[in-house]
Amino acid sequence: MTPPVPPTFQQTVLSLKQYWSDRGCIIQEPYDLEVGAGTMAPETFLRVLGPKPYRVAYVQPSRRPADGRYGENPNRLYKHQQLQVILKPSPADVIDQYLGSLEAIGIDLRKHDIKFEEDNWEAPTLGAWGVGWQVMLDGLEITQFTYFQQCGGIDLDLVPAELTYGLERIVAFLQNADSVYDIVWTPGVSYSDVRLKDEQQFSVYNFELADVTSLWKHFDLYESECQRLLAMYPKYEDKPRFPILPAYDLVLKCSHLFNLLDSRGAISVTERVGVMARVRKLALAIAETHVGQDGILPPIVNRPSESVR
Amino acid sequence: MNSFLLEIGTEEIPDWMIPPAINQLAELFQNLLDRNRLGGKVNSVDATPRRLVLRAEGLLDRQQDSEELVLGPPKSAGQGAASGFAKKMGTTPDKLGVETNPKGEYFAFKKLTKGKQTSSILAAELPQLILKIHFPKTMYWNGKGTERFIRPIRWIVASFLNSVVPFEIAGLQSGSATQGHRLLGSNSVPVTIENFEEQLEANGVILSAGNRRKKIEEEIASLLQGKNLRVRPDSALLETLVYITEFPTPILGGFDLQFLELPQEVLVTVMRHHQKYFSVEDANGKLAPNFIAVMNINADPEGLVRRGNERVLRARFNDARFFWQVDQKKKLEDRVADLANVTFQAKLGSYLQKTNRVVALVKQLGGNDAAQRAALLAKCDLTTDMVKEFTDLQGIVGGLYAKAQGESDEVAQAIYDHYKPLSMENEIPATETGRLLSLADKWDTLTSCFAVGMAPTGSKDPFALRRAAQGVVLIVVEGKLKFDFPGADDALREFMRDRIEYYFRDVRGFAYDEVRACMAAGWNNLPDLEQRLKRVQAIRPTPDFERIAASFKRIKNILKQANYAETGATPRQDLLEAGPESELYDEIHRTDGQPLESRIGPLRPKVDLFFDKVLVNAPDETVRHNRLTLLHNLLTEFSEIADFSEIVTDTVGQASRPVSSS
Repeated sequence: MTPPVPPTFQQTVLSLKQYWSDRGCIIQEPYDLEVGAGTMAPETFLRVLGPKPYRVAYVQPSRRPADGRYGENPNRLYKHQQLQVILKPSPADVIDQYLGSLEAIGIDLRKHDIKFEEDNWEAPTLGAWGVGWQVMLDGLEITQFTYFQQCGGIDLDLVPAELTYGLERIVAFLQNADSVYDIVWTPGVSYSDVRLKDEQQFSVYNFELADVTSLWKHFDLYESECQRLLAMYPKYEDKPRFPILPAYDLVLKCSHLFNLLDSRGAISVTERVGVMARVRKLALAIAETHVGQDGILPPIVNRPSESVR
Repeated sequence: MNSFLLEIGTEEIPDWMIPPAINQLAELFQNLLDRNRLGGKVNSVDATPRRLVLRAEGLLDRQQDSEELVLGPPKSAGQGAASGFAKKMGTTPDKLGVETNPKGEYFAFKKLTKGKQTSSILAAELPQLILKIHFPKTMYWNGKGTERFIRPIRWIVASFLNSVVPFEIAGLQSGSATQGHRLLGSNSVPVTIENFEEQLEANGVILSAGNRRKKIEEEIASLLQGKNLRVRPDSALLETLVYITEFPTPILGGFDLQFLELPQEVLVTVMRHHQKYFSVEDANGKLAPNFIAVMNINADPEGLVRRGNERVLRARFNDARFFWQVDQKKKLEDRVADLANVTFQAKLGSYLQKTNRVVALVKQLGGNDAAQRAALLAKCDLTTDMVKEFTDLQGIVGGLYAKAQGESDEVAQAIYDHYKPLSMENEIPATETGRLLSLADKWDTLTSCFAVGMAPTGSKDPFALRRAAQGVVLIVVEGKLKFDFPGADDALREFMRDRIEYYFRDVRGFAYDEVRACMAAGWNNLPDLEQRLKRVQAIRPTPDFERIAASFKRIKNILKQANYAETGATPRQDLLEAGPESELYDEIHRTDGQPLESRIGPLRPKVDLFFDKVLVNAPDETVRHNRLTLLHNLLTEFSEIADFSEIVTDTVGQASRPVSSS
């Protein structure tokens, strides 16, 4: 008997998207700005707020400048791909649905060891936290599973389940690859072919060449633009038209610039807490404004889940 | 026997919270039974990550009837009032009695309350009882403002006399079906109280933690049998694995021999803390290239789980090796400046600032060049990739790197050890230099945190200052160091006092009053305090000790009542009365300079005789004063060892004697 051919990177992504699409999720494309995690994309950060149900899944390339290793470390990446799923509110059989998604990508759970180990998630700059687990498959952390409790400093009306799959890890596991760069992206093309250059060049930029003075300038500019917008909201007549989404983009810009400055070693101890507080302040204000604005917008009609396992 | 079964079915509860939760469940439920007069007692509590289970026996079908005497209006209020009262009590006036109390006579009624059905009491109280179980961090899952628990509750089995005790909690209805293991069982298993445990087992769940522990231990033993290998015991890890699994099965895995070149500390930490594996050693105690993982499933017939774990471990070890190589590119001494970018504490600045303070303190405490060098480099490993990844290895990695980079053994060992002791059971640093560094590091943390008002309050101790203080005490006592708590403010001195008392009393087992007595004589020199404690403890059982201690207490009271406040005076010999007073004086002088242990025997009868025959409160003021001086000096000499008046004595006979009053 020949062992089954393990799925490629892109087959795995497609299978997961199909699986969650079948369970009533909107399949979104990645957010087109630099973010550190799928949680920061507006599809999570803003959609989890308020009383409207929502289900979405998307791949989010997540940039963490300080984690870059010039493409030399087999397990560390400056930019990794997360598959992010938000189920708001979380269904009672959410864990069974999650386990079903693993079977959908070819993991025979009767032959593996799955454990749910306590891991509570917190993102202070987003005023967000939740409780949950890291899901371990044969000793490998493959998913972060979180019941969101607060976002933007606001208690959530409906508790969403957030599933964050570490795609590189999962596929390396499925393909028994010792280095993420050896992953087969699609037959004949390796992860290295697709992404190595990316890792090398951004490591050089993030650690060595990014101009600290300009980065600080950008940070200040984005911050003040965001503040300017937020200050306009209270007096803005036609509230549903108010551009809160662009204002949130500016927060994301600030957050990424903070990470870049950090990887350049440009943020001193005394500054660090203060700069984080600046980003947090913007994020909290966005969340609050968004909730206010969302209250007067027509609700999104969510497709009911059709085929629950 | 009327039995009761409760199973709270949940999503996976963090392992370390489970044992306290079931203990609380038992306590809360027993309290419910007692409070409601339901009889019975909790028989057992068990748990897996997905269920908290309580079983009780001997419950009554129905609550015991209760009788209560209700007082009505005064008898003098007449028949009209009695009728009204009787009506209110649901009875007739002829059923009323009369009760007499100091205020007068009152109509009274013995009100009988018929006991309710046990099942309905349980149904009414269980929802609140379940939600009363305290967990360190809770969540809500049904929406804002709904029930909070550690993780979502997904089913409830509640059965009394094998009928469902019907109640609702978090939108769920209690029932009689449990869920099996996520993969080995069915997700709806009808159960009775009698077959509950069997049914669970048939569905892949071993309910008893003891049985899971036994399974792990026995199967590890058989995995290693005949292989000349043995597992390194780790009871804390074992407990974690017992409560993270419903059906634990150990497997033996291996790793490439080449990784044994990495420091053992790194390998063990990766296996223990990151992968929850047991380490394995050969017959000589040398780390073997093997590990034991514990699965939450029954078998690994194709070896997939083993290979998966081996692959993860390989990646982790590769990482560690990569970190080691990259870290060596920048020596510890070149990392000192980078500490400016590592926060010690927001109010207290960076680790560079801390390092500078610790270097100065080490110098102040008499540390040599090596100690100062170690202090300078001690925190540099915080900037290494290895410690960023494996934070538990802080200090240890610094020590290993120092050695690899040509620092002296003295420096390397001191850095390696400087977080020790990590607990009261943990050993102190192996070398004198290490002890000095560890002491200075901890003392700096304590003084600087207290200086900015960050003393621990109640159960809140985010900077683990209690542990730091305990470390200071342990190092100073066991290392026999001269250390008088330099720079401590009053709050910190008070804090240290508590920790010292705790250490000698609870860790070392000295009696409470001995510790109080000896500390009252000073605690600025802990090794000396320890010696005094040992002496007091040794003489305590001798026949004269308690009596002389009682006499000292008496002397102290007399001096206090007399407002005697002189120091340095000596009693005038010419004023001494012949007999017991002179004899006491002579005995004090005869034994002067001898140790406490040999003085107590001869002094005790003299002191007793003195109190028996001599009136301290003499009519002549000069004589009285002289006697007080004599007693004061006696007390002072002994008080260098301990304040004996703190010793709790059984002295009924002595205390009842009249004490001179002034």
